[in-house]
Amino acid sequence: MKHLNEEQLVLYYYGEEAEGRRSTGELSQGVEQHLGACEECRAAYHTLQRVLNSVDSFPVPERAEDYETRVWKSIEGHIGKKRTFSRWFSWRPLALAVAMAAMLVVAFYAGRTVRKPGAGVETADAGQVRERVLLVAVGDHLERSQMVLVELANASTARNGGKLDISYETRTAEDLLEANRLYRQTASSAGDVGTAALLEDLERVLIEIAHSPAAVSTKQLEELRAQIEDRGILFKVKVFGSQLEQRESAPVKGQTTL
Amino acid sequence: MEDSDSVAVARVKSGDGEAYRGLVDRHSRSVFRLAFRMTGNESDAEDVVQETFMRAYKQLHRWEARSSFSTWLYRIAANYSLDLVRRRKRHAEVGLEESRGNGEDATDVIRALPSTAPGPERLMISGHVQEKVAATLKELSQQERTAFVLRHFEGQSIEEISGALGLSSNAAKHSIFRAVQKLRRALEPLVGEAS
Repeated sequence: MKHLNEEQLVLYYYGEEAEGRRSTGELSQGVEQHLGACEECRAAYHTLQRVLNSVDSFPVPERAEDYETRVWKSIEGHIGKKRTFSRWFSWRPLALAVAMAAMLVVAFYAGRTVRKPGAGVETADAGQVRERVLLVAVGDHLERSQMVLVELANASTARNGGKLDISYETRTAEDLLEANRLYRQTASSAGDVGTAALLEDLERVLIEIAHSPAAVSTKQLEELRAQIEDRGILFKVKVFGSQLEQRESAPVKGQTTL
Repeated sequence: MEDSDSVAVARVKSGDGEAYRGLVDRHSRSVFRLAFRMTGNESDAEDVVQETFMRAYKQLHRWEARSSFSTWLYRIAANYSLDLVRRRKRHAEVGLEESRGNGEDATDVIRALPSTAPGPERLMISGHVQEKVAATLKELSQQERTAFVLRHFEGQSIEEISGALGLSSNAAKHSIFRAVQKLRRALEPLVGEAS
């Protein structure tokens, strides 16, 4: 008798079919029949059940009785005031980019003026600070860009009369575009060719999104999606983001690029 | 519930900002629970709740009435939680922000956990199963943790999770498998003894 593997047991526990859809019952019946007949698999499944049931004991702090009121009070100032809200959102990526660029400049001059050549270790520290600051900033920027790209990659006009409002994405892309230019220039100045190249690719896609109409037709959405897919930008951003995380967590010594 | 969500959204879209309060009342606790399970930090979870409702308001035109409003909302919360945890980690590494949770946040369950495994006698206490669960969740990668939390606690399907995280179904499924394997390795000795 062929035993059930762990994946099958996990999918059965969660009521999922092997290909990722919710169970229609056929697969469940097969697994149930097997579990009824096979003591070994039954024991394995009971252990899995106990483990996963114990996860439910993970404690979540209770909220106060007036929690909902507090949440509402914290956001109600932004509800119904779209223009203010929009501005509040839109200045953040650019402001962050400007702040990061300013920090880089400070770190750069601190390294040149305070720590003179000869103090080798200290100069290396200043370089590392610059590098880390830029890593953080670019990492954040890529994550924000990724969210816009994922939204568009998953968007559909099917249930909206053949039109889709992407005004939020176009506005966000405009904001990201400004920040992207700053980071690309900084990366180029720092001699980090790889980062500059990625940001250049991203910039082209962000320009396309930013220049798109607020409401797109199916065809326009397909074209936009094709731009994203043709350049493989979503994949590149994800891979680069993972690499950045590794580089951030790696020891700082000996790193010379961004 | 979904019917009343749809009605509330329709009212908001027609300009009745107050109608959004009904959605906040209905979903803020569950969004908090999701956010806390994702971030492991109470004040971060509070931030996620606030940001999720603001983002959802801004993107309300994107919600399609045929899908569940709560699933859509959780998707926003999960993505923002993921974003927040990554940023926290990155900022902490470069020292751009002050260390959080140095005794101020007593309910920060995950960060307060000891890093070493507790001894056998302590494991007999059920509270330590909770601690072990929290510690193991902390050790999962962000993708594993997000996929697992959405599947296990929120009951989202693999398809919904893959859509929320921008992953293939296969990648979402394997993230869940890896999470379950790690939890199993950590918890099996405890729950085995308890049974």
